[in-house]
Amino acid sequence: MKKYLAYPYGVWMAVFIVAPILLVVFYAFTGKSGALTLDNFTNMAAYASIFGRSFLLAFIATVVCLLLGYPLAYIMSRQPPRWQSFYMMLIMLPMWMNFLLRTYAWMSILENNGFINQFLQNIGFIDLLNSVLQPETPIRYLPLINTGGAVVLGMVYNFLPFMVLPIYNVLIKIDVKIIEAAQDLGAPSQAVFRKVIFPLSMPGVISGITMVFVPAVSTFVISKTLGGGKEMLIGDLIDLQFMGNAYNPQLGSAIALVMMALVFLCMLVMNRFDDGSGEEGGLLL
Amino acid sequence: MKRFFQQFYLLLIFLFLYAPIFTLMLFSFNADKSRVIWQGFTLDWYVELLHDSTIIDSLYVTLVVAFASALFATIIGTAAALGIHCMGRRAKGVYLTVNSIPMSTSDTIMGVTFMLLFAMLAIDKGYLTLILAHITFSAPYVVLNVMPKLRQLDKNAYEAALDLGATPAQALHKVILPEIMPGIITGAIMAFTLSVDDFVVSYFTAGTTSQPLSVVIYSMTRRRISPKINALSTLLFLAVLILLIVINFRQSRDGRNKKHQPLKGVEN
Repeated sequence: MKKYLAYPYGVWMAVFIVAPILLVVFYAFTGKSGALTLDNFTNMAAYASIFGRSFLLAFIATVVCLLLGYPLAYIMSRQPPRWQSFYMMLIMLPMWMNFLLRTYAWMSILENNGFINQFLQNIGFIDLLNSVLQPETPIRYLPLINTGGAVVLGMVYNFLPFMVLPIYNVLIKIDVKIIEAAQDLGAPSQAVFRKVIFPLSMPGVISGITMVFVPAVSTFVISKTLGGGKEMLIGDLIDLQFMGNAYNPQLGSAIALVMMALVFLCMLVMNRFDDGSGEEGGLLL
Repeated sequence: MKRFFQQFYLLLIFLFLYAPIFTLMLFSFNADKSRVIWQGFTLDWYVELLHDSTIIDSLYVTLVVAFASALFATIIGTAAALGIHCMGRRAKGVYLTVNSIPMSTSDTIMGVTFMLLFAMLAIDKGYLTLILAHITFSAPYVVLNVMPKLRQLDKNAYEAALDLGATPAQALHKVILPEIMPGIITGAIMAFTLSVDDFVVSYFTAGTTSQPLSVVIYSMTRRRISPKINALSTLLFLAVLILLIVINFRQSRDGRNKKHQPLKGVEN
């Protein structure tokens, strides 16, 4: 076995991973004429609200994923081993289905005449709303699709497994003896969770947050499908510069670069947070 | 009581995960074009689907790209893992860091970077660009699946083979490869499924002709009409289900022989 076996892959990575990133950096600092400029970044101020919305929606989706996913991972890790692998498969299965189709499925549920609104009409909830609120024109459905809420729902639905898997993987590796030790020392079960299990599961939580937040903040499919183009996100903006009518790869590169930098910053802050609590966990041991 | 709440919570989550998929599948049998009002049973959409040449062609593109990229990613990734294994700490660190970039960057960014690269190299978008891009994002997973197997390997086995007169190529072929084969196969399966599943990178690197299935589905959902999409979803779901059962079977058989090995690269 020799080192040179890795050289072809080294060249591959240089051409297809490193060079393209440098290319994005180069494009971000050039104008349409090819001259070096900072215009792309100054022009971006107009899109501040889109940046804000993307980070806000991705943040909400990440928090919801954590709130739903942590208990799920925890409960799964407490099941008999046979059932654990079965539940695991149930979590993974939708992930293996094309995510466009998964997102598309929500359209028929959230539409104005979709399943939820049909259901609300049938139980008389819409009529009730009309008689209570007395709007000028009676409403016939709740606006569910093409809202920020629908986009967040799509993100949660698509990325929840990314939160559950890493947390679960950490939880099942926690040494039972540590938990037993805490119990023997008289800690009530709440304290055992708060002071032992949760701090120890922090690495899983951190990687779960990363794995949900990064795709959520850059998605353009979910916002197009469930946001109806009204809820434009950074991903849509980038898509528009590269594949859409606004063709401007220089501006698109600058947007992509700023987004990468912001995401990197978020992760840096997160990891600092992780180190702190990791030390705390260490002290407890 | 606590146990009841736990089971109930699991049930709610699985309902949330599967209800949309099952309604989607159910309405593939709907006699009307509506996605929301049930009008009776039909198999018309399946018949129409199988006669839709755009979809059948795109399925072919998806499979060709997936096979080609998985094959090449497996070869280059396995070779890379063998090489990286023999490297010093620093070179190893550089390789593994760059290797992790495609896994931690968002698809959108990766797709855009590929698009710029291919535009600069003046390569027309098509099979070639798709396959190159797919190799790039799936090879890292092959490397990460083979590396742990190499670490488990007995260092002396390779030397012993050489001492007994094997050429380096023979020793690699007869001693090393059989030992790391499970890692290679898991890596290859992952490369294949990642390629089939990918939309975003394909979207930025596919041409106007020879588009893979996911890109065609995207343009179909944009127009949001035909229940053909539902029929397609049902067939794909069943295909994935069968594939997963086969893999699970293979894993549990492996598991009986040896230790458990992770399927996804999530654990690292």
